[in-house]
Amino acid sequence: MSDGKPLDTEVSSIEQEREAFRRHQSMRSVVVSLLSTVAFVMAVGVILNVSPGWPRVREMFFSPEYFAESFPKVLDGLWLNMRVLVYALVGTAVLGTLLAVVRISKSPVLFPLRVLARAYTTIMRGIPMLVVLYLIGFGIPGLGLFGRMDSAVLGTIAVILSYSAYIAEVLRAGFEDVHPSQRASARSLGLTSGQTVRLVIIPQALRKIAPALMNDFISMQKDVGLISTLGAVDAVRAAQIAVARSFNYTPYVVASLLFILMSIPFIILNDWYTARLRKREQTSGMV
Amino acid sequence: MADLIAGAGYSEREQRVVGEPVLRIDGVVKRFGDNVVLNHISFDVRKHETVAVLGPSGSGKSTLMKCVNLLEQVNDGQIWLGDTDITDPHIDQDKTRARIGVVFQQFNLFPHMRVIDNVTLAARKVFGWDRARAEERAMELLKRIGMDAKSREFPDRLSGGQQQRVAIARALMMEPELLLLDEITSALDPLLVGEVLEMVEELKNQGATILMATHEMGFAHRAADRIVLLRRGKVAENGTPHDVMDNPSDPETRAFFHSYRDWN
Repeated sequence: MSDGKPLDTEVSSIEQEREAFRRHQSMRSVVVSLLSTVAFVMAVGVILNVSPGWPRVREMFFSPEYFAESFPKVLDGLWLNMRVLVYALVGTAVLGTLLAVVRISKSPVLFPLRVLARAYTTIMRGIPMLVVLYLIGFGIPGLGLFGRMDSAVLGTIAVILSYSAYIAEVLRAGFEDVHPSQRASARSLGLTSGQTVRLVIIPQALRKIAPALMNDFISMQKDVGLISTLGAVDAVRAAQIAVARSFNYTPYVVASLLFILMSIPFIILNDWYTARLRKREQTSGMV
Repeated sequence: MADLIAGAGYSEREQRVVGEPVLRIDGVVKRFGDNVVLNHISFDVRKHETVAVLGPSGSGKSTLMKCVNLLEQVNDGQIWLGDTDITDPHIDQDKTRARIGVVFQQFNLFPHMRVIDNVTLAARKVFGWDRARAEERAMELLKRIGMDAKSREFPDRLSGGQQQRVAIARALMMEPELLLLDEITSALDPLLVGEVLEMVEELKNQGATILMATHEMGFAHRAADRIVLLRRGKVAENGTPHDVMDNPSDPETRAFFHSYRDWN
């Protein structure tokens, strides 16, 4: 089309008819989706309005006064969640990668570590997160080895221990998914086994499992709220305190809203990256 | 095309002189369970010589290539690269692998690295060259194969033939003593086979020592100095293309080449 010749604008009647039909079809689907949205919203509104308890529920959960009153405190608490999240993210990445590398290693020296790593990922994925938090949060101080520890630090450790088991398994699957010919090719260039893992296997695996990892990260974002069970004053705990004072549940809605807002950028990022990956996969692969 | 083998500058006369054995395969046995894939294979590849390993599928060509490249362990026999017994477990296998340039059927370029990084990886990580030096040499190689304009592309933006040429440049980067080509055109569109084979002939003419497994009979006949025909894990023939392919005395050999009608 870049040869400069004027395009033949004459379109056959068959194509014209096809175009008209397609336009008609797409118009129809727009109208249908609009109607169904309106119907859904109206149904929800009607159900709420006929529910005898709705005014009370609205007052208990969606009260503007309590919302405004608790917002600053809950936001303060969220700042602690964010800091915990950053440390937990780094810690999980390091520990998870170590576990995964040990799991895929073949060196006989690492045999005991391999057994340990396997046992660790199996057990940790089976224990409810809350129990891990209690074990670490009340167990470690109970040992009396390290003196008094901040409950936020203990909570962070628990999140790291729990999540690194999941991350390790995702990473391991990714490592094993890289085609063996890539390893062969790297080794034949003279790279050592460690260099091969670091320079060839890990970068390729990360690309493939990035959506799964980001999903785990988003899930971790809300689970850092569980450190409140150890007494750390995070967003959830701040909300709890506000609720206890007023007997109104609106602060919980405030906390939820803030957690949702925190996760939205990463959810968008994840969707964008996944779409890009799919597009890339569809366009490549030509020989 | 200028010299692809750096620092070589082999004269026309030198090329005709076939030198010392670079690779000596001596009584190599390879078994997978009860299946004997290589049954006492022995032959040499001498300096500046191009040896084509032919044979039907399952005759052990690929396994032999993997043994030479230490991707598989032999079950008996020895393989010598120069003065090194590379089947000796005491040697540094990584260093030995770096002395052999390998090109695979499926190119196996690293998809997450640009062309230039693919080509320079071994120089930087195995030989510790700094990036500038490695890239200078790599760009020289890429220029000679007409791929310098693509040095910043990722492999999936290249055609199969281009990818395979980059893979050859990557194998040549460290001036290997031996070039191992494992069915390097088998995964290519027939239209792209020519450009890759042309490059191999160029290398041969510049004095490279090449051991290649191939199904391209016409190419083997034209480019190889010697043909090694494998059959059921044994060396069935070992001689010049003329002796082995044109008028073989063995009826089974004749039947094999007869099934490839296109080679002349």
